[in-house]
Amino acid sequence: MALFQIAEPGEAPAPHEHKLAVGIDLGTTNSLVATVRSGIAICLSDDQGRPLLPSVVRYHADGSTDVGYGAQTRQAVDPKNTIVSVKRFMGRGLKDISHVESMPYEFIEAPGMVKVKTLAGIKSPVEVSAEILKNLRDRAEAALGGELVGAVITVPAYFDDAQRQATKDAARLAGLNVLRLLNEPTAAAIAYGLDNSAEGVYAVYDLGGGTFDISILKLTKGVFEVMSTGGDSALGGDDFDHRIFCWVIEQGKLQPLSAQDARLLMMRCREAKEFLTNNPEAPISANLSTGEIVDLKLDVATFASIAQTLISKTLQPVKKALRDAGLRVEEIKGVVMVGGATRMPQVQKAVGDFFRQEPLTNLDPDKVVALGAATQANLLVGNKTGKDDWLLLDVIPLSLGLEMMGGLTEKVIPRNSTIPTARAQEFTTFKDGQTAMAIHVVQGERELVSDCRSLARFDLRGIPPMVAGAARIRVTFQVDADGLLSVSAREQTTGIESSVVVKPSYGLSDDEIAGMLKDSMTHAKDDAINRALKEAQVEAQRMLEATESALKEDPHLLNEAEAAKIVATIEKLRLAIAGDNRRVINLAMDDLGFETQEFAHRRMNQSVNRALAGRNVADIKIGEEA
Amino acid sequence: MDFKADHFALFSMNRAFRLDLSDLDSRYRDIQAQVHPDRFVNAGEAARRLSMQQATHANEAYLTLKKPLKRATYLLQLSGHDIQAESNTAMPAEFLIEQMEWREAVMEARQGGDHHELEHLHNRLRADINSRYEELGELLDASGDFVSATDRVRRLLFLEKLLHEIDDALASLEE
Repeated sequence: MALFQIAEPGEAPAPHEHKLAVGIDLGTTNSLVATVRSGIAICLSDDQGRPLLPSVVRYHADGSTDVGYGAQTRQAVDPKNTIVSVKRFMGRGLKDISHVESMPYEFIEAPGMVKVKTLAGIKSPVEVSAEILKNLRDRAEAALGGELVGAVITVPAYFDDAQRQATKDAARLAGLNVLRLLNEPTAAAIAYGLDNSAEGVYAVYDLGGGTFDISILKLTKGVFEVMSTGGDSALGGDDFDHRIFCWVIEQGKLQPLSAQDARLLMMRCREAKEFLTNNPEAPISANLSTGEIVDLKLDVATFASIAQTLISKTLQPVKKALRDAGLRVEEIKGVVMVGGATRMPQVQKAVGDFFRQEPLTNLDPDKVVALGAATQANLLVGNKTGKDDWLLLDVIPLSLGLEMMGGLTEKVIPRNSTIPTARAQEFTTFKDGQTAMAIHVVQGERELVSDCRSLARFDLRGIPPMVAGAARIRVTFQVDADGLLSVSAREQTTGIESSVVVKPSYGLSDDEIAGMLKDSMTHAKDDAINRALKEAQVEAQRMLEATESALKEDPHLLNEAEAAKIVATIEKLRLAIAGDNRRVINLAMDDLGFETQEFAHRRMNQSVNRALAGRNVADIKIGEEA
Repeated sequence: MDFKADHFALFSMNRAFRLDLSDLDSRYRDIQAQVHPDRFVNAGEAARRLSMQQATHANEAYLTLKKPLKRATYLLQLSGHDIQAESNTAMPAEFLIEQMEWREAVMEARQGGDHHELEHLHNRLRADINSRYEELGELLDASGDFVSATDRVRRLLFLEKLLHEIDDALASLEE
C-alpha cells in the first residue's frame, strides 16, 4: 500500500516542515491566490504571469468549463452560459439580487439560493464559485509543487450566515480544506498592519466589484481587534458600471438591448470608468447588433455626478460603523483602501474628505486582501517564526435572533460581538399543554422578522404538557470562529433537546454536495482531484473488505480489546469512504494499516505454521530457494 | 481554564467595580492568545472544540467586565443581590417623571429632525451616567452598600436604555 506523505491539520507533521497554505480572495470581479514564500506574501500568477483571475466561468454543452480570462473575453459571445460576478448570487434568493432584469441569465428560483440554467445544466452559485476556486487551487499546487494543507478564504465582513456557508461549501466542493473564513477588510489590515507595524484605530474602506464593506479595527501589540463592521452587500464597482450603462442608454436613446449587446455595452462602460481614473475624458463606442452605433464621450465631471449618489451611499455605513465602535472621525489614525473601485479618484476624494486625511493606497488595492489572507493562512498552519505572531479577534457583522410572538425579532447575539461567542436565552410556552415549540432563527438588525434574513427553522418537540409559562426552554446560539452559527434548544425541566447547524435554507446539505461532486466527476473526466478521491475510495473499500474477512476468518488471533480497536478503526474508515475528503480517507487507511500490523503478523505466522505442518525441513529449504 | 471560576478570577483581577480597563484588555488578550481557535487549526477535533468553548467563555467574561453596567450587575449577583431587571420595574415617582421628561425631549428633537439637539441630549445624559458610575464605584468598592448599589444599577438600566434610544434617533436622522 502506498504511503501518503500528507499531513491533515490535526496530525502533527515534522515541526520544521513548511506547510503549503494559501490565501484566496474570492472576489466578485476578480479572484486571487497568494502564499507566503520565504517570509514574504506574494500573489501567485498564472502561466502567463497574470495574478488576477477574472471571476468568470463559462459552461460548455459537454460540461467542461472555461474559467478566467478565456471566459471573460468570450462573454459577449455567450452571455447566457458565461457567469460573471457570481459572488452576488451566493446564498441569495432571486428577490435579493439587484438588476436581475439587465442580466442575461436564465435564473431558476430554488429553495434558498437562486440557480442558473446553463448549457451544461442547472448550476448553483456554489458550483460556479467552486470552479473558480478549483482553478486557483490548481494554480497554487502547480506553483508550490505539492498538495495544499489548507486555505484561508476571504468573505466580505458584511456577509451573513447563508453567504458564508455558501462560500465554505464552494471551497469544500473545490477540494480545499478551509482553515478559516476571514473578513476581507481584516485581511487587508493584516497586510497593511504587518508592513507598517501600525498601532491605533484604522478604518478599512473596501469597495469591491459587488460589495461594500467598512470595518473599524484596533491594532495593538500583535492583536487585530475588529471593533465594528458594516456595509452593503449589494453595492460595488459594478454599480458604477451600471450607472454609466444607464447614462449611455439615456444619451443614445437606445432600444431595449439583447443580452449580447447589453454585455458588450457593460464592458465598454467598465473600460470607460477605468479610463477615467487617469484621464479627463473617456470614449464609449460600440456597434450593436441592431445596427445602432454608440459613440459617446464621458467626461470626469459627468461621471462624478453619476457616481455621487453611489459614493455617498457608502458613507452611511461608515458613520454607523463609527458609532457602533463609539468613535469619532478624528480618532481614526488611518484609512486603508481596498478593492479596485477605490482607484476612482472620486472615491478617494470623498473618503479623504470624510476622514479628513489622505487614505492609504500604497498596497495594490486588488491584491491586498489576498496577501493578508495568505499571511493569516501561513500563521494558522503554524509556519511562523518567533516574531511573526499575532492574534485576530473578529466579530459577527449582523445580529442573530429569534422570531417572537407577533413576528418580532428578539436579538440573542448583537452585531459586532467578538467571535467565537455563545449566548443563551430562556423562553416559555404560551399555551396550556403545548408540547412543541417552533424555533425560527433570523439574522439582521430590523425589528420585524419579515425584514430580517431567515436562517433556519426547527422544532423542539416532546415538551411534556404543562400549564402555559411553566416550561423553560433554553435556546443557545453558538457562533464559531468562521462566523457560522449553530443553534440548540433544550427544555430545562426535562432535558429534551434539539439542535441544528444553521445551514438548511440557504446552505447545501452534505447529500447535495456529494451529488455535485458526483456530477462534476462524470462531467469533468480529467478532473484529477476527483479521480484521486475515487481511487482512494476504491482502495480503501478493498482494504476494508480484506480486513473484515480476515477478522471473520481468524478471530481467535485477537483478544477482545485488540479486536474492538480494529473494528473501531474500520468504522472510521467506512465513514471516511462515505465522505469526500481524500486526505481523511488516506489517514484512516494509514490508521487501519497500523492497527492491523500485529494481526497481520500473527496471521502470517499462522499460515507459515500451517504450511510447515507435516513437512520436513528439506521441503522448506527448497521452497525458500525457489 | 477553570470554567467555574468567576470572571475576575479568570483574569486574575481583584473583584471590584473600579477596574483598570487597559489592564483588563491586556489580560484578556493574553488569554485569547492562548486559547483562541486560530491557535488550534492544526489540532484534533476535541482540542478544537475545547478551544472554541474557552475562547467563547473568555469573550463572555471580558464583555461582562468591560461594560460598567454589566460589571456592576455581575458584582451584585456575585454578592447575592439580584437586580430583578425584568421582574421588578417599580421606581420612585420622581425618577419616573424625570425619565418622561427626557423621553419627551428626545421625541421632540427626533420629530423635528434636530440633530444638534439630539447630540446635546446625548452629551448631557452621558455626563449624568458617568457621574452615576462614579457614585456606584463608591457604593460597591468603598462602602460595600449593595442595597443602595442595586437601586443605582436599576436606575442606570433605564438611563443606558435611554442613551441607546438617543443614538438610534441620531442614526435614523443620518439615514
